[in-house]
Amino acid sequence: MRYTQAVSDRLDATFAALADPTRRAILARLATGEASVTELAKPFAISQPAISKHLMVLERAGLIARGRDAQRRPCRIEGRPLADASAWLEGYREIWEGNYRRLDALLNNLQNSTRGRNATHRKTTKTQTRRPGR
Amino acid sequence: MAHAATLTLTTPTDREIVMTRVFNAPRHLVFEALTTPALLKQWLLGPPGWEMVVCDVDLRVGGAYRYVWRRTSTGKTMAMGGVFQAIVAPERLVITERFDDPWYPGTGLSTTVLNEQNGSTTMVNTVLYESREARDTVMQSGMESGVAVSYDRLAALLPPA
Repeated sequence: MRYTQAVSDRLDATFAALADPTRRAILARLATGEASVTELAKPFAISQPAISKHLMVLERAGLIARGRDAQRRPCRIEGRPLADASAWLEGYREIWEGNYRRLDALLNNLQNSTRGRNATHRKTTKTQTRRPGR
Repeated sequence: MAHAATLTLTTPTDREIVMTRVFNAPRHLVFEALTTPALLKQWLLGPPGWEMVVCDVDLRVGGAYRYVWRRTSTGKTMAMGGVFQAIVAPERLVITERFDDPWYPGTGLSTTVLNEQNGSTTMVNTVLYESREARDTVMQSGMESGVAVSYDRLAALLPPA
């Protein structure tokens, strides 16, 4: 099984950074374009230093990058770690979705054969009823 | 299919994976499909190219189950098993799960809850792992199948427009 520590550590950082509603809101805002700390702090009822702390977490996880302009230091979103995180979930999800699509088809067949059986029962013996599994 | 039944996958805590899926069938049938070897062998196959060669299920509390899959092209096998902790047909199933492979550390506790509404069943499966590493290893196994392959397969599964 290829499971390198580096990949693991990077995913840890990504998911830890994403495990906070304020940081997710900041990313959602940055998805629409660059913004300064002041601009980012505006919609939140928390202080600018608190926002800066969140930005540091996001920056360490590689989810955002800061501009060089000393005054504004605009933040922008970085796509790579998010793409890695979603690929990690997507591969697993796809395997199970494949399983469950087969289960859909199987359940469909089972329902059709149950209906067929019930119809025959009803014709022959009226007293014989199938109790629904509850 | 009348509805788009998509799978929701979340990681609410460091040690859990939660899968939610709706099936267009009453829950006693879903429960049957989850616990009957002849039915499990038809759908619980994993990535393309794998078949289920062993499916032993002793459906009682304290009873064991064991699954073995085989990759047809290479003959490589993968196996897992566990013990039934709680069986409340057709609504709840709690089992332990453990893979044979040495890369997999510890035992997971899998809880499946089935809720039926208007003939459809919502299945919520929560697996709690012993550690974050164990959970991540299981998740990571999915990456092996490759995202590119998965999109090809997805395209093949979709009905023609």
